[in-house]
Amino acid sequence: MPIEILMPALSPTMEEGKLSKWLKKEGDAVKSGDVIAEIETDKATMEVEAVDEGTIGKLLVAAGTEGVKVNAPIAVLLQDGESADAAAKAPAAAPAPAPVAASPAPAAAAAAAPVPAAPKSEPASDPDIPAGTEMVTMTVREALRDAMAEEMRAHDDVFIMGEEVAEYQGAYKITQGLLQEFGPRRVVDTPITEHGFAGVGVGAAMAGLRPIVEFMTFNFAMQAIDHIINSAAKTLYMSGGQMGAPIVFRGANGAAARVAAQHSQDYAAWYSHIPGLKVIQPYTAADAKGLLKAAIRDPNPVIFLENEILYGQSFEVPKMDDFVLPIGKARIHRRGNDATLVSFGIGMTYAVKAADELAKEGIDVEVIDLRTIRPMDLPTVIESVRKTGRLVTVEEGFPQSSVGTEIATRVMQQAFDYLDAPVLTIAGKDVPMPYAANLEKLALPNVGEVVQAVKTVCYR
Amino acid sequence: MATRKSAPQAAARKPAAKSGKKDFNGGTFLDFDKETELKAYREMMLIRRFEEKAGQLYGMGFIGGFCHLYIGQEAVVVGMQMALKEGDQVITGYRDHGHMLACGMSARGVMAELTGRRGGLSKGKGGSMHMFSKEKNFYGGHGIVGAQVSLGTGLAFANHYRGNDNVSVSYFGDGAANQGQVYESFNMAALWKLPAIYVIENNRYAMGTAVSRASAQTDFSMRGASFGIPGYQVDGMDVRAVAAAAEEAVAHCRSGKGPLILEMLTYRYRGHSMSDPAKYRSKDEVQKMRSEHDPIEQVRARLLEKGWASEEELRAIDKDVRDIVADSAEFAQSDPEPDVSELYTDILL
Repeated sequence: MPIEILMPALSPTMEEGKLSKWLKKEGDAVKSGDVIAEIETDKATMEVEAVDEGTIGKLLVAAGTEGVKVNAPIAVLLQDGESADAAAKAPAAAPAPAPVAASPAPAAAAAAAPVPAAPKSEPASDPDIPAGTEMVTMTVREALRDAMAEEMRAHDDVFIMGEEVAEYQGAYKITQGLLQEFGPRRVVDTPITEHGFAGVGVGAAMAGLRPIVEFMTFNFAMQAIDHIINSAAKTLYMSGGQMGAPIVFRGANGAAARVAAQHSQDYAAWYSHIPGLKVIQPYTAADAKGLLKAAIRDPNPVIFLENEILYGQSFEVPKMDDFVLPIGKARIHRRGNDATLVSFGIGMTYAVKAADELAKEGIDVEVIDLRTIRPMDLPTVIESVRKTGRLVTVEEGFPQSSVGTEIATRVMQQAFDYLDAPVLTIAGKDVPMPYAANLEKLALPNVGEVVQAVKTVCYR
Repeated sequence: MATRKSAPQAAARKPAAKSGKKDFNGGTFLDFDKETELKAYREMMLIRRFEEKAGQLYGMGFIGGFCHLYIGQEAVVVGMQMALKEGDQVITGYRDHGHMLACGMSARGVMAELTGRRGGLSKGKGGSMHMFSKEKNFYGGHGIVGAQVSLGTGLAFANHYRGNDNVSVSYFGDGAANQGQVYESFNMAALWKLPAIYVIENNRYAMGTAVSRASAQTDFSMRGASFGIPGYQVDGMDVRAVAAAAEEAVAHCRSGKGPLILEMLTYRYRGHSMSDPAKYRSKDEVQKMRSEHDPIEQVRARLLEKGWASEEELRAIDKDVRDIVADSAEFAQSDPEPDVSELYTDILL
């Protein structure tokens, strides 16, 4: 059967073009790959190559014709033994070579279909800690190290790589002792090459290993953010579920002290924007340990945001063989009835102190530690707001598009009727972090601001 | 002025001058037997016909977005695959259809992914640039230029970590070869002696920019020199030269000597993507490559000359290939789009 050659599109948006020139004439033999014509749009001139072999039976559109619609037949190609007469009888509607679908744009049908609801995540609750369990006082630093060591003991596929993690024992001493216990195969010092080693980590994860990639600080991970987002977070989706990246990116995040603008930034809101990532920012040593163990076991890419100032702070950690906490579950740090304070990571230090001060003034504040930023445990926040009617969020990151504004939006949408005052969001100031001690102090949130905000929402 | 002069001198000191080093660009090639020639012919023909069909379906509006065709470069991936064994990994950029077919991924699966249908290798969620196969050890399909080089180095890291003798092959173009992460990867691969083969497909143009307009050192086999990574220039239009270089590279990597670079001197006949009119090069240049260096025609001529296949037998292979491609095109047009419920699947495990 003769084959119709159709007017091709140069791009998905092209609808018509000019057939500027024929390079074959009727009766010419054509092989696959031969250039048969030139077409032109306002943007470009392109050559039309033959896909099928045969003889040009008839040119249906004259050279120089403007406004030829995409997919309109422009010539008829005869197969072996077919006569020119057959050309006239070529089917008019069927595009070559008889595609099964009638329309090349079936998306139109799908466009009308309703958008399916996003699945809800239902995080598990914290494990019960048996009565009589010994509580051990340890720093966040020690808790993080113990979490990694325990998981590395349990699984040979788990390894850590990063700058100064091995011989130097960690720039912030988080990996102290790991090289001695696990050796250089599993505790890998990298060159200063964040983009490269983040990619190497993701590649190793795609091959089935369980890398922990330490960034000395997350400020340097901006060099690597392409691999974190484009390579780690999106591969599972792009592969239709075939291949993911079980990897933990961890390290110090946020402002330390007097290290100025390029070394003082909180990335919670940045990473929480990305589908395909989980984002954790713990405050206590127990949460640091239980959540880092969970992150290492998780089959997805996890961002684990630590804080240099918290590294040396001590907390009680239950002494258990395998203390693992659920990702995506907030923790009520302090129960109260008058107002809800939601924070995470180092932001909790302001929230906790503010709650103490407010208690002295007779305001009973409930403090929620989000622990996980994505997926966010909004039900725990909403439940609290339904009780207190008032909400203040606290974080060190920049104010625009912050974690707090996200919480405020969702609470407004889902618990509007329960709010007795507008939600207030306390964040870092909208400035790069200054170096001078007095300015740095002003740029960060402070306990006084939090106290004042809670009083404001309580109309006190 | 002195600095200007030093550049070509440096190029003249390239490792190729070292005694005992093989020349894969016009010198050393594998003498194929009949079966290997026929296999090369068939596999390259499959890629070419597949890509021509993809181009046609794009022109008809069945394929959306970007679509980068591999026509002209077929000998590179077909020759490389000849030296690989089960367990070796392959990763590439967005000009990836040929690599997937050469890795044994189904024509139906690839074509249906191009049309965004549920039977596509990524269930229609990846498209032309994003396909993967755990089964065939194909790790994508990456749209960020150069990203596959770090990822491929990570695949080699995993082999090294596990102590197996698998190698990873990372394909990238002359354009990607100027990305910083490529050199970060070279450094780590050489430092840790990772079994990584870097195949630079030098098709002379990074989109519309000729190599000489973008690269201070246009001999890409030299790009690992400062890390001590050996490199070869290879006639990427001759599948026998590619196969010989691939054997050398694989033997080098498997024996624990660390990474190796192969610069494939190749050429893409079509534009960078479907909407590229390719005005940055002359028609004569394209025509000369097609008529004098076509990788498929070279094999075809040898098969006929040696009497290993008749015109008729080659036509039978052509028909076979056409049938596979036609079947894939038909499937890719009739297969339904993904169910709307797929919108929210495969985001997290």
